[in-house]
Amino acid sequence: MTRTAKNEPPGVVWLGTPHFPVAARTAVGDPQLRENLRRATTTIRSRRLAAVGELDDWEDLRTAGAAVKRAALRHLDTHLLRLEESVERAGGTVHWAADAAEANRIVTELVRATGEREVVKVKSMATQEIGLNEALSAAGITAYETDLAELIVQLADDRPSHILVPAIHKNRTEIRELFTTTMGQWGRPAPENLTADPAALAEAARLHLRERFLRARVAVSGANFACADTGTVVVVESEGNGRMCLTLPETLITVMGIEKVLPTFADLDVFLQLLPRSATGERMNPYTSMWTGTHDGDGPRDFHLVLLDNGRTATLRDTVGRQALACIRCSACLNVCPVYERTGGHAYGSPYPGPIGAVLTPQLAGIEHAPSLPFASTLCGACYDACPVKIDIPEVLLHLRARAVESKRGPLPSPEALVMKAAATTLASPRALAWAQRAAALGGRVLARRGVLRRLPGPLARWSASRDTAAPPRETFRAWWRRTHRRPGQ
Amino acid sequence: MRIALFVTCLCDTLYPQTGKAVVALLERLGHRVDFPRAQTCCGQMHFNTGYRPEALPLVRGFADAFAGYDAVVTPSASCAGMVREHHRTLAVQYGEPELAAAVDRLAPRVHELSEFLVDVLGVTDVGAYFPHRVTYHPTCHSLRMLRTGDRPLRLLRAVRGIELVELPEAESCCGFGGTFALKNAEVSAAMLADKVRQVSASRADVLCAADSSCLLHIGGGLSRLRTGIGTRHLAEILAATEGAER
Amino acid sequence: MSSRQEILTRIAGALRDVPEDEGAEAAPADRRSPVVRHPPDPVALFAERAAEYRAAVTRTTESEASAAIGAALAARSPARLVVPHGFPEAWLPARRTWQRLEDDPPLRPAQLDAADGALTTCALAVAETGTLVLDAGPGQGRRALTLLPDFHLCVLRSAQIAPDVPTALRGLDPCCPLTFVSGPSATSDIELERVEGVHGPRVLHIVIVEPDSRGADTHP
Repeated sequence: MTRTAKNEPPGVVWLGTPHFPVAARTAVGDPQLRENLRRATTTIRSRRLAAVGELDDWEDLRTAGAAVKRAALRHLDTHLLRLEESVERAGGTVHWAADAAEANRIVTELVRATGEREVVKVKSMATQEIGLNEALSAAGITAYETDLAELIVQLADDRPSHILVPAIHKNRTEIRELFTTTMGQWGRPAPENLTADPAALAEAARLHLRERFLRARVAVSGANFACADTGTVVVVESEGNGRMCLTLPETLITVMGIEKVLPTFADLDVFLQLLPRSATGERMNPYTSMWTGTHDGDGPRDFHLVLLDNGRTATLRDTVGRQALACIRCSACLNVCPVYERTGGHAYGSPYPGPIGAVLTPQLAGIEHAPSLPFASTLCGACYDACPVKIDIPEVLLHLRARAVESKRGPLPSPEALVMKAAATTLASPRALAWAQRAAALGGRVLARRGVLRRLPGPLARWSASRDTAAPPRETFRAWWRRTHRRPGQ
Repeated sequence: MRIALFVTCLCDTLYPQTGKAVVALLERLGHRVDFPRAQTCCGQMHFNTGYRPEALPLVRGFADAFAGYDAVVTPSASCAGMVREHHRTLAVQYGEPELAAAVDRLAPRVHELSEFLVDVLGVTDVGAYFPHRVTYHPTCHSLRMLRTGDRPLRLLRAVRGIELVELPEAESCCGFGGTFALKNAEVSAAMLADKVRQVSASRADVLCAADSSCLLHIGGGLSRLRTGIGTRHLAEILAATEGAER
Repeated sequence: MSSRQEILTRIAGALRDVPEDEGAEAAPADRRSPVVRHPPDPVALFAERAAEYRAAVTRTTESEASAAIGAALAARSPARLVVPHGFPEAWLPARRTWQRLEDDPPLRPAQLDAADGALTTCALAVAETGTLVLDAGPGQGRRALTLLPDFHLCVLRSAQIAPDVPTALRGLDPCCPLTFVSGPSATSDIELERVEGVHGPRVLHIVIVEPDSRGADTHP
């Protein structure tokens, strides 16, 4: 294993934030944030349901998507080598990056070789994950985000909080204010008398970025899919900033996680149906670009594909956890997650928030860097039902919880481990259980007032902060049965 | 048919009336119910919190306690789900093929109450009488793990005197999640607050569900906010009859 | 060891559970091809769905095509219009009030940005999703032509409309650069409220040309 050393820094950016429960506490206490999130997730949930409900073979599509992705992962090396060959045959260059640092180094050197000091960027989760913008900045290269939400996040010096709608935590008033005060520092200022109407805000972004697109000579993108048989790379988007970046500059650098490879171009028939409907609830997103190497007289003359590992092979090693690599980044699981809806994305401490983040981040970064994330779920199962490639997120969460507990076991058990051990001992025998029940009933009745426990001791105080608990009854079921059903043989 | 009641550690300790209701209901329907005294807990808390080695003896204990019964009925979707979905995982993970085989024999015979009534006994009208305004919260594990669908509602609709009212956003999680309620107490409380608001908006007098754990949580919130709305496990409503109505 | 070799070695190590004789080629058992849908009237469905994405849609016939295209252009009154090589001469309006830009020699981005629109054909369309697919073929030109001008008028024959996404994909050549266009550019990044028109053309007008034999009377 490559990333088990405790001291090794995680290859996933900004895991320095507090553990989930602490970060979530802050988020839950922010009423504006909760209102923004509630409105947004409610809207997108109903839109997704409508788009999915239109297709009577939706469940078959999910099954097919899951099967293709899982099979592709089982032969990942074969498909990657084939992809490399296809891309190079079509005029592209393929690079392999074992971790974030290497990927950042490769991209930085490629940009330097062009002599440029600026790049335009298409929204990309992989480059968020490796902290590419920061690495480029350290090398004196400015990366301009061109997706509207990423622009908002960049102008605000903020972090994305959603895979698809990174500025979901901000409302229109906040964005208007941000554009008015900061756009001028980055380029063309916002129009005077800018209103908070989303159409006006989008227009401001269009004007702000247009000159940048026309000037750009290097672009950096991610990839939604790459087809091994043809070398075709696919970017799915809405605004046209992707098309600008993928066609206008002379050099295109695409950073792609190795798990994104599909065996064949024909496999897109499933994913181009699954992704838009799951992501934005549209039958099809406004723009999808596909390119194969370089195309004479059309688009970039140089195309570089950087294949990124950064914890993916470690994830692949885990036969239960590897299914998380099937993720197509639609964010349907975020939108249906009751925990995400209350906390937003920042609490998850990585570019991958929500249920998928809770299973992906600990695997990519190493469980020791994110031990609280697998517990950031009630296991309600809504994510599994929504996932277009049927990732059994609850199953992986449970699996990672066990790994998190095992990784913490040492000569000195934690207070939680002691409680769990004591509970296990008690529950292991009916006699011990009955004894503990009598003790609890006694203690409960001592603490109760009018049959209700309003404040519980120790860690249970967190429970009783917002809930009453009925005092334990005088007679347990077990005792009642014993008293009333004295039959032999039981 | 030899029927065993798996009462669950929670009902055993805190909600004996739920277990008694299952017994009364099944006896009223003409069945004899046993309570194997060796039973304790399905191990869900340990398993869901990541303490798998600690859960394993509980899996063994469950298989021993209930071997030999034709059906095991439990008033908990969550515990039935634990047995059916995860006991095998544990037996296999810890290399116990005999236990895995025992689980495979037993798990399909473990039924959540509404499944047992509708699918095994084939009844939806159990002859209950419950003259109250009731709203039903489908717990996550009955909805998305066991997929009990509308079975509980079909049973409730057949109850005489009942006024069933709709729960807004019924399918959203109440925020209990076992140790989640302690580990992420604020998020849990925020989810609970929304659920309590929806239950209040339903204008019901009684909230019904098929899991005592969720009722413990939501009921605790309803009581703390003095909403005056009580909670009843599905079994208790189905067991209620005219004259015996509390 | 190169990173390439390192990653490949890690993958091989991670996949030790995969049986050696399990081929990478075998399609997984659950991988059924998606259902091919057969809408009763794919042309009407395409028109309806493209319009739902706020594209303007005109249905016309072969003999009326140039007039319909002329009318669509008149609404925008462009001064400079990009019309790539290979656009059917018969479809060009007889009376031209605009200057044709042919992209030969290739126009610089700033020149394209200053153009008032682009008039092109497309490779095919998808009825179920209201999608046009461009493949840089004759009459379409390179990708930037339909990107920088704020107005895109796309003309296609009704026979080019595939019922659904799987059928459309089978008709495409991945060696070409492909662009799937479903309505004008849009964003939902602010409070998930959909706004049409960001960086790509803000106005998309689609003219569907049907054979003269049918539709001449029903779709004037």
